[in-house]
Amino acid sequence: MKILVPVKRVVDHNVKIRVKTDGSGVDLANAKMSMNPFDEIAVEQAVRMKEAGEATEVVVVSVGPAQAQEVLRTALAMGADRAILILADGRVEPLSVAKILQRVAQAEGAGMVILGKQAIDDDCNQTGQMLAALLGWSQATFASKIEMEGAHALVTREIDGGLQQIRVTLPAVVTADLRLNEPRYASLPNIMKAKKKPLVQQTPEDLGLPIAPRLTVLRVEEPVARASGIKVGSVAELLDKLKTEAAVI
Amino acid sequence: MAILLFADHDNASLSEHSARALGAALQIGPEVDILIAGQGACAAADAAAALAGVRRVLLAEADPLAERMAEPTAALIVQLAVDYDTILAPATSSGKNVLPRVAALLDVMQISEVTQIVAPDTFKRPIYAGNAIEVVQSTDALRVLTIRSASFAPAATGDGAAPVVAVDPAAAPALSSFGQNLLSVSDRPDLSSARIVVSGGRALGSKQRFEAVINPLADKLGAAVGASRAAVDAGYAANDHQVGQTGKVVAPDLYIACGISGAIQHLAGMKDSRIIVAINSDGEAPIFQVADYGIVGDIFDIVPQMERAL
Ligand SMILES: Cc1cc2nc3c(=O)[nH]c(=O)nc-3n(C[C@H](O)[C@H](O)[C@H](O)COP(=O)(O)OP(=O)(O)OC[C@H]3O[C@@H](n4cnc5c(N)ncnc54)[C@H](O)[C@@H]3O)c2cc1C
Ligand SMILES: Nc1ncnc2c1ncn2[C@@H]1O[C@H](COP(=O)(O)O)[C@@H](O)[C@H]1O
Repeated sequence: MKILVPVKRVVDHNVKIRVKTDGSGVDLANAKMSMNPFDEIAVEQAVRMKEAGEATEVVVVSVGPAQAQEVLRTALAMGADRAILILADGRVEPLSVAKILQRVAQAEGAGMVILGKQAIDDDCNQTGQMLAALLGWSQATFASKIEMEGAHALVTREIDGGLQQIRVTLPAVVTADLRLNEPRYASLPNIMKAKKKPLVQQTPEDLGLPIAPRLTVLRVEEPVARASGIKVGSVAELLDKLKTEAAVI
Repeated sequence: MAILLFADHDNASLSEHSARALGAALQIGPEVDILIAGQGACAAADAAAALAGVRRVLLAEADPLAERMAEPTAALIVQLAVDYDTILAPATSSGKNVLPRVAALLDVMQISEVTQIVAPDTFKRPIYAGNAIEVVQSTDALRVLTIRSASFAPAATGDGAAPVVAVDPAAAPALSSFGQNLLSVSDRPDLSSARIVVSGGRALGSKQRFEAVINPLADKLGAAVGASRAAVDAGYAANDHQVGQTGKVVAPDLYIACGISGAIQHLAGMKDSRIIVAINSDGEAPIFQVADYGIVGDIFDIVPQMERAL
Protein backbone atom coordinates (compact mmCIF):
# COMPACT_ATOMS: atom_id res chain seq x y z
CA MET A 1 0.00 0.00 0.00
CA LYS A 2 1.25 3.42 -0.95
CA ILE A 3 0.67 6.21 1.58
CA LEU A 4 0.41 9.83 0.51
CA VAL A 5 1.14 12.52 3.10
CA PRO A 6 0.32 16.16 2.28
CA VAL A 7 2.58 18.58 4.17
CA LYS A 8 2.12 22.32 4.41
CA ARG A 9 4.80 24.95 4.95
CA VAL A 10 3.55 27.26 7.69
CA VAL A 11 4.91 29.84 10.10
CA ASP A 12 6.77 28.09 12.92
CA HIS A 13 4.56 27.46 15.94
CA ASN A 14 6.91 29.42 18.20
CA VAL A 15 6.61 32.62 16.17
CA LYS A 16 4.30 35.30 17.51
CA ILE A 17 2.85 36.76 14.32
CA ARG A 18 1.87 40.39 13.83
CA VAL A 19 -1.08 41.84 11.96
CA LYS A 20 -0.06 44.42 9.34
CA THR A 21 -1.16 47.89 10.35
CA ASP A 22 -3.01 48.44 7.06
CA GLY A 23 -5.20 45.40 7.74
CA SER A 24 -4.08 43.65 4.57
CA GLY A 25 -2.81 40.53 6.27
CA VAL A 26 -0.23 39.07 8.60
CA ASP A 27 3.42 40.11 8.48
CA LEU A 28 5.47 37.01 7.80
CA ALA A 29 8.57 38.73 6.41
CA ASN A 30 11.64 37.00 7.91
CA ALA A 31 9.45 34.77 10.10
CA LYS A 32 10.77 31.26 10.63
CA MET A 33 8.79 28.76 8.54
CA SER A 34 8.43 25.04 9.27
CA MET A 35 6.40 21.97 8.46
CA ASN A 36 2.90 22.18 9.97
CA PRO A 37 3.29 20.27 13.30
CA PHE A 38 0.34 17.98 12.58
CA ASP A 39 1.92 17.05 9.24
CA GLU A 40 5.11 15.97 11.03
CA ILE A 41 2.89 13.60 13.00
CA ALA A 42 1.32 12.36 9.75
CA VAL A 43 4.74 11.77 8.15
CA GLU A 44 5.94 9.94 11.27
CA GLN A 45 2.86 7.70 11.16
CA ALA A 46 3.36 6.82 7.50
CA VAL A 47 7.06 6.08 8.00
CA ARG A 48 6.28 3.86 11.00
CA MET A 49 3.70 1.99 8.92
CA LYS A 50 6.33 1.43 6.24
CA GLU A 51 8.81 0.24 8.87
CA ALA A 52 6.15 -2.16 10.17
CA GLY A 53 5.65 -3.58 6.67
CA GLU A 54 2.12 -2.13 6.41
CA ALA A 55 3.05 0.33 3.66
CA THR A 56 5.35 -0.05 0.68
CA GLU A 57 6.07 3.57 -0.15
CA VAL A 58 5.58 6.97 1.46
CA VAL A 59 5.07 9.89 -0.93
CA VAL A 60 4.90 13.44 0.45
CA VAL A 61 3.26 16.30 -1.40
CA SER A 62 3.07 20.01 -0.75
CA VAL A 63 1.14 22.78 -2.44
CA GLY A 64 3.00 26.04 -2.05
CA PRO A 65 5.87 28.28 -3.10
CA ALA A 66 9.31 27.03 -4.19
CA GLN A 67 10.51 27.25 -0.56
CA ALA A 68 8.10 24.46 0.35
CA GLN A 69 10.89 22.21 -0.96
CA GLU A 70 12.45 22.64 2.47
CA VAL A 71 9.57 21.01 4.31
CA LEU A 72 9.48 18.25 1.70
CA ARG A 73 13.21 17.63 2.29
CA THR A 74 12.50 17.46 6.03
CA ALA A 75 9.85 14.83 5.37
CA LEU A 76 12.27 12.90 3.17
CA ALA A 77 14.86 13.05 5.95
CA MET A 78 12.28 11.61 8.35
CA GLY A 79 11.96 8.60 6.04
CA ALA A 80 9.55 9.44 3.20
CA ASP A 81 10.63 8.02 -0.16
CA ARG A 82 9.62 10.63 -2.72
CA ALA A 83 8.28 14.17 -2.85
CA ILE A 84 6.00 16.16 -5.11
CA LEU A 85 5.79 19.95 -5.03
CA ILE A 86 2.79 21.60 -6.65
CA LEU A 87 4.00 25.14 -7.20
CA ALA A 88 1.45 27.77 -6.24
CA ASP A 89 2.08 31.24 -4.86
CA GLY A 90 -0.34 33.14 -2.69
CA ARG A 91 -3.34 31.86 -0.79
CA VAL A 92 -4.56 28.42 -1.85
CA GLU A 93 -7.77 27.49 -0.07
CA PRO A 94 -8.40 24.03 1.39
CA LEU A 95 -10.99 23.28 -1.32
CA SER A 96 -8.37 23.89 -4.04
CA VAL A 97 -5.72 21.96 -2.10
CA ALA A 98 -8.17 19.06 -1.78
CA LYS A 99 -8.82 19.10 -5.53
CA ILE A 100 -5.09 19.02 -6.25
CA LEU A 101 -4.56 16.23 -3.73
CA GLN A 102 -7.41 14.27 -5.29
CA ARG A 103 -5.56 14.24 -8.64
CA VAL A 104 -2.28 13.30 -6.99
CA ALA A 105 -3.85 10.50 -4.92
CA GLN A 106 -5.52 9.07 -8.00
CA ALA A 107 -2.39 9.36 -10.16
CA GLU A 108 -0.31 7.69 -7.45
CA GLY A 109 -2.85 4.96 -6.69
CA ALA A 110 -2.56 5.72 -2.97
CA GLY A 111 -4.21 3.31 -0.53
CA MET A 112 -4.25 5.82 2.29
CA VAL A 113 -3.77 9.57 2.61
CA ILE A 114 -2.70 10.80 6.04
CA LEU A 115 -3.01 14.56 6.57
CA GLY A 116 -2.67 16.78 9.58
CA LYS A 117 -6.00 17.58 11.22
CA GLN A 118 -5.38 21.31 10.99
CA ALA A 119 -2.91 23.77 9.54
CA ILE A 120 -1.79 26.13 12.32
CA ASP A 121 -1.87 29.19 10.06
CA ASP A 122 -5.41 29.16 8.61
CA ASP A 123 -6.76 26.89 11.40
CA CYS A 124 -9.30 25.55 8.88
CA ASN A 125 -9.46 21.84 9.75
CA GLN A 126 -11.06 20.99 6.40
CA THR A 127 -8.68 19.64 3.80
CA GLY A 128 -8.74 15.96 4.77
CA GLN A 129 -12.53 15.80 5.01
CA MET A 130 -12.83 17.59 1.65
CA LEU A 131 -10.33 15.25 0.03
CA ALA A 132 -12.23 12.20 1.31
CA ALA A 133 -15.45 13.63 -0.16
CA LEU A 134 -13.90 14.31 -3.57
CA LEU A 135 -12.35 10.85 -3.73
CA GLY A 136 -15.54 9.22 -2.43
CA TRP A 137 -13.44 7.50 0.26
CA SER A 138 -14.12 6.84 3.91
CA GLN A 139 -12.62 9.26 6.41
CA ALA A 140 -11.26 9.03 9.93
CA THR A 141 -10.49 12.45 11.37
CA PHE A 142 -8.56 13.39 14.54
CA ALA A 143 -6.82 10.01 14.77
CA SER A 144 -4.84 9.08 17.86
CA LYS A 145 -4.25 5.45 16.79
CA ILE A 146 -4.32 3.54 13.49
CA GLU A 147 -4.36 -0.29 13.42
CA MET A 148 -4.34 -2.10 10.07
CA GLU A 149 -6.75 -5.02 9.63
CA GLY A 150 -6.42 -6.21 6.02
CA ALA A 151 -8.87 -4.27 3.87
CA HIS A 152 -9.80 -2.06 6.84
CA ALA A 153 -8.15 0.16 9.37
CA LEU A 154 -9.32 0.48 12.96
CA VAL A 155 -8.90 4.11 13.91
CA THR A 156 -9.21 5.64 17.38
CA ARG A 157 -10.42 9.24 17.12
CA GLU A 158 -10.26 12.10 19.63
CA ILE A 159 -13.81 13.41 20.00
CA ASP A 160 -15.39 15.97 22.34
CA GLY A 161 -16.42 13.50 25.02
CA GLY A 162 -13.38 11.21 24.88
CA LEU A 163 -12.38 8.64 22.26
CA GLN A 164 -14.21 6.86 19.46
CA GLN A 165 -13.19 3.77 17.52
CA ILE A 166 -14.32 3.37 13.92
CA ARG A 167 -13.42 0.91 11.17
CA VAL A 168 -12.76 2.45 7.75
CA THR A 169 -12.63 0.61 4.44
CA LEU A 170 -9.46 1.20 2.45
CA PRO A 171 -8.61 3.32 0.56
CA ALA A 172 -9.21 5.92 3.24
CA VAL A 173 -8.31 9.42 4.35
CA VAL A 174 -7.03 9.82 7.91
CA THR A 175 -6.20 13.08 9.70
CA ALA A 176 -3.64 13.07 12.51
CA ASP A 177 -4.27 14.46 15.98
CA LEU A 178 -1.58 15.35 18.53
CA ARG A 179 -1.53 12.03 20.38
CA LEU A 180 -0.99 9.80 17.30
CA ASN A 181 2.77 9.69 17.87
CA GLU A 182 5.81 11.77 18.69
CA PRO A 183 7.66 12.66 15.48
CA ARG A 184 11.34 11.76 15.26
CA TYR A 185 14.14 14.22 14.60
CA ALA A 186 15.90 13.58 11.32
CA SER A 187 19.50 12.45 11.85
CA LEU A 188 22.33 14.15 10.00
CA PRO A 189 23.04 11.13 7.76
CA ASN A 190 19.34 10.99 6.88
CA ILE A 191 19.29 14.70 6.09
CA MET A 192 22.21 14.10 3.71
CA LYS A 193 20.46 11.10 2.15
CA ALA A 194 17.26 13.11 1.71
CA LYS A 195 19.04 15.49 -0.62
CA LYS A 196 19.33 12.67 -3.16
CA LYS A 197 15.73 11.45 -2.92
CA PRO A 198 13.48 12.37 -5.86
CA LEU A 199 11.49 15.62 -5.71
CA VAL A 200 9.40 16.53 -8.73
CA GLN A 201 7.62 19.80 -9.38
CA GLN A 202 4.29 20.39 -11.08
CA THR A 203 1.82 23.24 -11.32
CA PRO A 204 -1.94 23.24 -10.73
CA GLU A 205 -2.24 24.00 -14.46
CA ASP A 206 -0.40 20.72 -15.22
CA LEU A 207 -3.23 19.02 -13.34
CA GLY A 208 -5.81 21.08 -15.20
CA LEU A 209 -7.06 22.82 -12.08
CA PRO A 210 -7.98 26.45 -11.46
CA ILE A 211 -7.18 27.52 -7.92
CA ALA A 212 -8.92 30.89 -7.67
CA PRO A 213 -10.04 31.51 -4.07
CA ARG A 214 -13.75 31.46 -3.26
CA LEU A 215 -13.43 33.66 -0.21
CA THR A 216 -12.44 37.29 -0.34
CA VAL A 217 -10.42 38.41 2.66
CA LEU A 218 -11.79 41.89 3.26
CA ARG A 219 -9.29 42.64 6.03
CA VAL A 220 -7.28 41.10 8.82
CA GLU A 221 -7.71 42.62 12.27
CA GLU A 222 -5.84 42.60 15.52
CA PRO A 223 -7.76 40.64 18.17
CA VAL A 224 -9.29 42.72 20.94
CA ALA A 225 -6.67 43.03 23.67
CA ARG A 226 -7.56 42.30 27.30
CA ALA A 227 -7.19 45.10 29.79
CA SER A 228 -4.17 44.43 31.98
CA GLY A 229 -4.91 42.84 35.31
CA ILE A 230 -3.34 42.95 38.73
CA LYS A 231 -1.29 40.65 40.93
CA VAL A 232 -2.76 39.96 44.33
CA GLY A 233 -0.75 39.11 47.43
CA SER A 234 -2.83 36.43 49.07
CA VAL A 235 -5.55 33.85 48.60
CA ALA A 236 -7.85 35.87 50.86
CA GLU A 237 -7.40 38.93 48.66
CA LEU A 238 -8.00 36.88 45.50
CA LEU A 239 -11.23 35.37 46.80
CA ASP A 240 -12.42 38.74 47.98
CA LYS A 241 -11.84 40.25 44.50
CA LEU A 242 -13.60 37.32 42.84
CA LYS A 243 -16.58 37.78 45.14
CA THR A 244 -16.98 41.52 45.28
CA GLU A 245 -15.19 43.07 42.28
CA ALA A 246 -15.74 40.39 39.63
CA ALA A 247 -18.82 38.76 41.21
CA VAL A 248 -18.03 35.38 39.68
CA ILE A 249 -18.11 33.19 42.80
CA MET B 1 -33.67 31.64 1.52
CA ALA B 2 -33.51 29.37 4.51
CA ILE B 3 -30.76 28.12 6.83
CA LEU B 4 -30.08 24.50 7.79
CA LEU B 5 -28.44 23.87 11.16
CA PHE B 6 -26.83 20.43 11.59
CA ALA B 7 -27.29 19.94 15.32
CA ASP B 8 -24.90 18.39 17.81
CA HIS B 9 -26.64 15.82 20.02
CA ASP B 10 -26.36 12.29 21.36
CA ASN B 11 -29.88 11.13 20.34
CA ALA B 12 -31.08 11.42 23.94
CA SER B 13 -30.31 15.10 24.40
CA LEU B 14 -29.35 18.19 22.48
CA SER B 15 -25.97 19.74 23.28
CA GLU B 16 -25.80 23.36 24.29
CA HIS B 17 -23.59 24.01 21.24
CA SER B 18 -26.66 23.56 19.06
CA ALA B 19 -28.57 26.32 20.86
CA ARG B 20 -25.54 28.60 20.50
CA ALA B 21 -25.21 27.82 16.78
CA LEU B 22 -28.91 28.66 16.49
CA GLY B 23 -28.14 32.01 18.10
CA ALA B 24 -25.63 32.59 15.28
CA ALA B 25 -28.02 31.31 12.59
CA LEU B 26 -30.76 33.71 13.65
CA GLN B 27 -28.34 36.60 13.11
CA ILE B 28 -28.08 35.51 9.45
CA GLY B 29 -31.78 35.06 8.78
CA PRO B 30 -35.13 34.18 10.38
CA GLU B 31 -35.91 30.88 8.63
CA VAL B 32 -33.85 28.26 10.43
CA ASP B 33 -34.47 24.51 10.23
CA ILE B 34 -32.63 22.20 12.60
CA LEU B 35 -31.52 18.79 11.32
CA ILE B 36 -31.40 15.99 13.85
CA ALA B 37 -29.60 13.08 12.19
CA GLY B 38 -29.53 10.02 14.41
CA GLN B 39 -31.32 6.91 15.52
CA GLY B 40 -33.89 6.88 18.31
CA ALA B 41 -33.42 10.63 18.42
CA CYS B 42 -36.96 11.84 19.21
CA ALA B 43 -35.83 13.31 22.51
CA ALA B 44 -33.12 15.39 20.80
CA ALA B 45 -35.63 16.48 18.14
CA ASP B 46 -38.13 17.58 20.79
CA ALA B 47 -35.44 19.55 22.57
CA ALA B 48 -34.57 21.25 19.28
CA ALA B 49 -38.23 22.03 18.58
CA ALA B 50 -38.46 23.77 21.93
CA LEU B 51 -35.77 26.31 21.05
CA ALA B 52 -37.03 29.81 20.35
CA GLY B 53 -36.85 30.88 16.72
CA VAL B 54 -36.77 27.46 15.02
CA ARG B 55 -38.98 27.10 11.95
CA ARG B 56 -38.96 23.30 11.67
CA VAL B 57 -37.02 20.33 12.97
CA LEU B 58 -36.04 17.72 10.39
CA LEU B 59 -35.64 14.31 11.97
CA ALA B 60 -33.68 11.77 9.90
CA GLU B 61 -33.33 8.39 11.55
CA ALA B 62 -31.36 5.38 10.31
CA ASP B 63 -28.86 2.95 11.81
CA PRO B 64 -25.84 4.40 9.93
CA LEU B 65 -26.77 7.82 11.34
CA ALA B 66 -26.84 6.67 14.96
CA GLU B 67 -23.32 7.98 15.61
CA ARG B 68 -23.38 10.54 12.78
CA MET B 69 -20.58 8.89 10.82
CA ALA B 70 -19.24 11.34 8.26
CA GLU B 71 -20.13 9.55 5.02
CA PRO B 72 -23.88 8.90 5.47
CA THR B 73 -24.41 12.15 7.40
CA ALA B 74 -22.76 14.27 4.71
CA ALA B 75 -24.79 12.47 2.04
CA LEU B 76 -27.98 13.29 3.97
CA ILE B 77 -27.13 16.98 4.30
CA VAL B 78 -26.27 17.19 0.59
CA GLN B 79 -29.64 15.61 -0.19
CA LEU B 80 -31.36 18.41 1.77
CA ALA B 81 -29.10 21.24 0.58
CA VAL B 82 -31.19 22.48 -2.39
CA ASP B 83 -33.65 24.18 -0.07
CA TYR B 84 -31.07 26.27 1.76
CA ASP B 85 -28.55 28.99 1.10
CA THR B 86 -26.67 28.57 4.38
CA ILE B 87 -25.70 25.31 6.06
CA LEU B 88 -24.05 25.53 9.44
CA ALA B 89 -23.09 23.49 12.47
CA PRO B 90 -21.40 24.17 15.78
CA ALA B 91 -17.64 23.59 15.53
CA THR B 92 -17.75 20.48 17.72
CA SER B 93 -15.88 17.31 16.82
CA SER B 94 -19.01 16.15 14.98
CA GLY B 95 -19.55 19.40 13.06
CA LYS B 96 -15.86 19.64 12.15
CA ASN B 97 -15.91 16.04 10.93
CA VAL B 98 -19.00 16.25 8.76
CA LEU B 99 -19.33 19.79 7.39
CA PRO B 100 -16.14 20.06 5.28
CA ARG B 101 -17.22 16.83 3.59
CA VAL B 102 -20.57 18.46 2.80
CA ALA B 103 -18.84 21.61 1.53
CA ALA B 104 -16.61 19.68 -0.89
CA LEU B 105 -19.53 17.62 -2.19
CA LEU B 106 -21.35 20.90 -2.91
CA ASP B 107 -18.17 22.52 -4.29
CA VAL B 108 -18.22 25.24 -1.66
CA MET B 109 -15.37 26.66 0.40
CA GLN B 110 -16.27 26.24 4.09
CA ILE B 111 -15.76 29.05 6.59
CA SER B 112 -14.51 27.46 9.82
CA GLU B 113 -14.96 28.62 13.42
CA VAL B 114 -17.01 31.74 12.75
CA THR B 115 -16.92 34.08 15.76
CA GLN B 116 -19.00 36.94 14.36
CA ILE B 117 -21.65 37.39 11.68
CA VAL B 118 -20.89 40.66 9.88
CA ALA B 119 -23.44 40.15 7.08
CA PRO B 120 -25.17 37.04 5.69
CA ASP B 121 -22.16 36.48 3.40
CA THR B 122 -19.43 38.05 5.57
CA PHE B 123 -17.92 36.58 8.72
CA LYS B 124 -15.11 36.98 11.22
CA ARG B 125 -12.93 34.03 12.16
CA PRO B 126 -9.68 33.69 14.10
CA ILE B 127 -6.50 32.54 12.34
CA TYR B 128 -2.97 31.88 13.67
CA ALA B 129 -4.24 30.59 17.02
CA GLY B 130 -6.40 33.67 17.46
CA ASN B 131 -3.52 36.12 16.97
CA ALA B 132 -5.34 37.62 14.00
CA ILE B 133 -8.98 37.90 12.99
CA GLU B 134 -9.88 37.41 9.35
CA VAL B 135 -12.93 39.13 7.86
CA VAL B 136 -14.02 37.00 4.91
CA GLN B 137 -16.74 37.32 2.33
CA SER B 138 -18.01 34.28 0.51
CA THR B 139 -18.52 34.38 -3.26
CA ASP B 140 -20.29 31.00 -3.28
CA ALA B 141 -24.06 30.89 -3.84
CA LEU B 142 -24.33 28.59 -0.82
CA ARG B 143 -22.48 29.18 2.43
CA VAL B 144 -21.16 26.39 4.67
CA LEU B 145 -20.06 27.50 8.14
CA THR B 146 -18.95 26.04 11.43
CA ILE B 147 -19.76 28.21 14.42
CA ARG B 148 -17.48 28.72 17.41
CA SER B 149 -20.13 28.31 20.06
CA ALA B 150 -18.23 30.14 22.81
CA SER B 151 -18.72 33.34 20.79
CA PHE B 152 -22.53 33.22 20.61
CA ALA B 153 -25.23 33.28 23.25
CA PRO B 154 -27.61 30.32 23.16
CA ALA B 155 -31.09 30.76 21.73
CA ALA B 156 -33.67 30.62 24.51
CA THR B 157 -35.78 27.56 25.16
CA GLY B 158 -39.26 28.54 24.01
CA ASP B 159 -42.54 26.68 24.26
CA GLY B 160 -41.95 23.86 21.76
CA ALA B 161 -43.93 25.31 18.89
CA ALA B 162 -41.81 24.09 15.94
CA PRO B 163 -43.09 21.04 14.04
CA VAL B 164 -40.89 17.93 13.79
CA VAL B 165 -40.87 16.61 10.23
CA ALA B 166 -39.47 13.16 9.39
CA VAL B 167 -37.10 12.97 6.41
CA ASP B 168 -35.98 9.80 4.65
CA PRO B 169 -32.25 9.49 4.30
CA ALA B 170 -31.23 8.13 0.91
CA ALA B 171 -29.15 4.95 1.11
CA ALA B 172 -25.42 5.75 1.22
CA PRO B 173 -22.56 3.29 0.69
CA ALA B 174 -21.27 1.90 4.01
CA LEU B 175 -17.65 3.00 3.78
CA SER B 176 -16.96 2.86 7.47
CA SER B 177 -18.54 1.37 10.53
CA PHE B 178 -18.84 2.50 14.10
CA GLY B 179 -16.89 0.55 16.69
CA GLN B 180 -17.34 2.04 20.12
CA ASN B 181 -17.23 5.24 22.10
CA LEU B 182 -14.86 5.42 25.05
CA LEU B 183 -16.30 8.45 26.76
CA SER B 184 -14.97 10.15 29.86
CA VAL B 185 -17.50 9.86 32.64
CA SER B 186 -17.66 12.65 35.15
CA ASP B 187 -20.17 14.28 37.44
CA ARG B 188 -18.62 17.65 36.77
CA PRO B 189 -20.12 20.13 34.32
CA ASP B 190 -19.23 19.89 30.65
CA LEU B 191 -15.99 21.73 29.91
CA SER B 192 -17.27 23.70 26.92
CA SER B 193 -20.35 25.06 28.64
CA ALA B 194 -19.26 25.29 32.28
CA ARG B 195 -19.54 28.64 34.05
CA ILE B 196 -16.24 28.05 35.86
CA VAL B 197 -13.21 26.09 34.63
CA VAL B 198 -10.19 25.08 36.71
CA SER B 199 -7.28 24.04 34.49
CA GLY B 200 -3.98 22.41 35.32
CA GLY B 201 -0.70 22.34 33.43
CA ARG B 202 2.60 20.52 33.31
CA ALA B 203 3.47 21.83 36.77
CA LEU B 204 1.10 19.31 38.34
CA GLY B 205 3.72 16.65 37.70
CA SER B 206 1.57 13.50 37.76
CA LYS B 207 -1.97 12.27 37.26
CA GLN B 208 -2.30 11.65 41.01
CA ARG B 209 -1.20 15.15 41.90
CA PHE B 210 -3.40 16.67 39.16
CA GLU B 211 -6.41 14.93 40.65
CA ALA B 212 -5.41 15.69 44.24
CA VAL B 213 -4.87 19.41 43.61
CA ILE B 214 -7.19 20.44 40.75
CA ASN B 215 -10.26 18.28 41.36
CA PRO B 216 -11.09 19.39 44.94
CA LEU B 217 -11.05 23.07 43.93
CA ALA B 218 -13.15 22.31 40.86
CA ASP B 219 -15.65 20.41 43.00
CA LYS B 220 -15.88 23.20 45.58
CA LEU B 221 -16.65 25.67 42.78
CA GLY B 222 -18.92 23.36 40.78
CA ALA B 223 -16.42 23.83 37.96
CA ALA B 224 -15.31 21.80 34.97
CA VAL B 225 -11.69 20.61 34.77
CA GLY B 226 -9.45 21.63 31.88
CA ALA B 227 -5.80 21.04 31.04
CA SER B 228 -2.95 22.26 28.89
CA ARG B 229 -1.63 20.13 26.08
CA ALA B 230 1.48 19.38 28.12
CA ALA B 231 -0.68 17.97 30.93
CA VAL B 232 -2.70 15.87 28.48
CA ASP B 233 0.36 14.59 26.59
CA ALA B 234 1.92 13.56 29.90
CA GLY B 235 -1.24 11.63 30.81
CA TYR B 236 -2.27 13.81 33.79
CA ALA B 237 -5.66 14.50 32.19
CA ALA B 238 -7.81 12.95 29.44
CA ASN B 239 -7.48 14.23 25.87
CA ASP B 240 -10.96 15.78 25.90
CA HIS B 241 -9.81 18.10 28.70
CA GLN B 242 -7.36 19.95 26.46
CA VAL B 243 -8.07 23.66 26.12
CA GLY B 244 -6.49 25.53 23.23
CA GLN B 245 -5.96 26.13 19.55
CA THR B 246 -6.30 22.45 18.81
CA GLY B 247 -8.40 21.45 21.79
CA LYS B 248 -11.57 23.01 23.18
CA VAL B 249 -12.31 26.70 23.06
CA VAL B 250 -13.96 27.87 26.26
CA ALA B 251 -15.23 31.22 27.46
CA PRO B 252 -16.51 30.70 31.01
CA ASP B 253 -17.23 33.46 33.51
CA LEU B 254 -14.16 32.36 35.45
CA TYR B 255 -11.08 30.48 34.22
CA ILE B 256 -8.43 29.51 36.77
CA ALA B 257 -5.10 28.50 35.20
CA CYS B 258 -2.89 26.56 37.64
CA GLY B 259 0.73 25.95 36.68
CA ILE B 260 0.12 26.81 33.02
CA SER B 261 2.68 29.04 31.28
CA GLY B 262 0.26 30.61 28.79
CA ALA B 263 1.63 29.52 25.39
CA ILE B 264 -0.24 31.14 22.48
CA GLN B 265 -1.79 27.78 21.65
CA HIS B 266 -3.29 27.59 25.14
CA LEU B 267 -4.41 31.24 25.19
CA ALA B 268 -6.26 30.60 21.91
CA GLY B 269 -8.66 28.39 23.83
CA MET B 270 -9.41 30.54 26.89
CA LYS B 271 -8.56 34.21 26.39
CA ASP B 272 -12.20 35.14 25.80
CA SER B 273 -13.11 34.03 29.32
CA ARG B 274 -14.75 36.81 31.31
CA ILE B 275 -12.39 36.65 34.31
CA ILE B 276 -9.02 34.89 34.20
CA VAL B 277 -7.05 33.93 37.29
CA ALA B 278 -3.46 32.71 36.96
CA ILE B 279 -1.43 30.92 39.61
CA ASN B 280 2.19 30.44 38.62
CA SER B 281 5.53 30.44 40.45
CA ASP B 282 7.15 32.42 37.64
CA GLY B 283 6.03 36.05 37.83
CA GLU B 284 7.10 36.54 34.21
CA ALA B 285 4.94 33.71 32.81
CA PRO B 286 2.96 34.95 29.78
CA ILE B 287 -0.32 33.76 31.33
CA PHE B 288 -0.17 36.85 33.59
CA GLN B 289 -0.53 39.06 30.50
CA VAL B 290 -4.12 37.88 30.04
CA ALA B 291 -4.97 37.34 33.70
CA ASP B 292 -7.30 39.73 35.54
CA TYR B 293 -5.95 38.45 38.85
CA GLY B 294 -2.62 36.75 39.26
CA ILE B 295 -0.91 35.11 42.21
CA VAL B 296 2.81 34.40 42.02
CA GLY B 297 3.29 31.27 44.06
CA ASP B 298 3.40 27.51 44.33
CA ILE B 299 0.20 25.80 43.14
CA PHE B 300 0.69 23.03 45.69
CA ASP B 301 0.36 25.68 48.37
CA ILE B 302 -2.09 28.19 46.81
CA VAL B 303 -4.70 25.88 45.26
CA PRO B 304 -5.40 23.85 48.45
CA GLN B 305 -5.55 27.15 50.39
CA MET B 306 -8.22 28.41 47.98
CA GLU B 307 -10.17 25.20 48.31
CA ARG B 308 -10.13 25.39 52.10
CA ALA B 309 -11.09 29.07 52.15
CA LEU B 310 -14.17 28.62 49.97
C1 LIG C 1 0.53 22.20 16.91
C2 LIG C 1 0.45 22.54 18.34
C3 LIG C 1 -0.78 22.60 18.93
C4 LIG C 1 -0.89 22.88 20.30
N1 LIG C 1 -2.13 22.95 20.83
C5 LIG C 1 -2.25 23.24 22.15
C6 LIG C 1 -3.52 23.34 22.76
O1 LIG C 1 -4.57 23.18 22.11
N2 LIG C 1 -3.58 23.61 24.08
C7 LIG C 1 -2.44 23.80 24.85
O2 LIG C 1 -2.56 24.02 26.06
N3 LIG C 1 -1.24 23.73 24.28
C8 LIG C 1 -1.10 23.44 22.95
N4 LIG C 1 0.14 23.34 22.42
C9 LIG C 1 1.32 23.33 23.33
C10 LIG C 1 1.79 24.70 23.79
O3 LIG C 1 2.66 25.23 22.84
C11 LIG C 1 2.55 24.56 25.14
O4 LIG C 1 3.62 23.66 24.96
C12 LIG C 1 1.68 24.05 26.29
O5 LIG C 1 0.49 24.81 26.37
C13 LIG C 1 2.45 24.15 27.59
O6 LIG C 1 1.70 23.59 28.65
P1 LIG C 1 1.96 24.07 30.15
O7 LIG C 1 1.71 25.52 30.26
O8 LIG C 1 1.18 23.16 31.03
O9 LIG C 1 3.50 23.70 30.37
P2 LIG C 1 4.76 24.64 30.51
O10 LIG C 1 4.85 25.58 29.37
O11 LIG C 1 5.89 23.76 30.79
O12 LIG C 1 4.44 25.55 31.77
C14 LIG C 1 4.41 25.09 33.07
C15 LIG C 1 4.26 26.31 33.96
O13 LIG C 1 4.11 25.90 35.30
C16 LIG C 1 4.83 26.81 36.14
N5 LIG C 1 5.16 26.06 37.38
C17 LIG C 1 6.02 25.05 37.54
N6 LIG C 1 5.97 24.58 38.81
C18 LIG C 1 5.04 25.33 39.45
C19 LIG C 1 4.51 25.31 40.76
N7 LIG C 1 4.90 24.41 41.67
N8 LIG C 1 3.57 26.22 41.08
C20 LIG C 1 3.14 27.13 40.16
N9 LIG C 1 3.59 27.16 38.91
C21 LIG C 1 4.53 26.28 38.55
C22 LIG C 1 6.03 27.23 35.34
O14 LIG C 1 6.50 28.51 35.78
C23 LIG C 1 5.43 27.28 33.92
O15 LIG C 1 4.97 28.58 33.62
C24 LIG C 1 0.27 23.10 21.07
C25 LIG C 1 1.51 23.07 20.47
C26 LIG C 1 1.61 22.79 19.11
C27 LIG C 1 2.95 22.77 18.48
N1 LIG D 1 -0.92 23.78 0.84
C1 LIG D 1 -0.93 22.53 1.34
N2 LIG D 1 -0.04 21.62 0.91
C2 LIG D 1 -0.05 20.36 1.41
N3 LIG D 1 -0.90 19.94 2.35
C3 LIG D 1 -1.80 20.81 2.80
C4 LIG D 1 -1.88 22.14 2.34
N4 LIG D 1 -2.89 22.76 2.98
C5 LIG D 1 -3.42 21.85 3.83
N5 LIG D 1 -2.76 20.67 3.73
C6 LIG D 1 -3.02 19.44 4.50
O1 LIG D 1 -4.30 19.52 5.08
C7 LIG D 1 -4.21 19.53 6.51
C8 LIG D 1 -5.31 20.39 7.10
O2 LIG D 1 -5.19 21.72 6.68
P1 LIG D 1 -6.36 22.80 6.86
O3 LIG D 1 -7.60 22.18 6.33
O4 LIG D 1 -5.91 23.98 6.06
O5 LIG D 1 -6.44 23.10 8.32
C9 LIG D 1 -2.78 19.95 6.80
O6 LIG D 1 -2.36 19.48 8.06
C10 LIG D 1 -2.03 19.30 5.65
O7 LIG D 1 -1.82 17.91 5.89
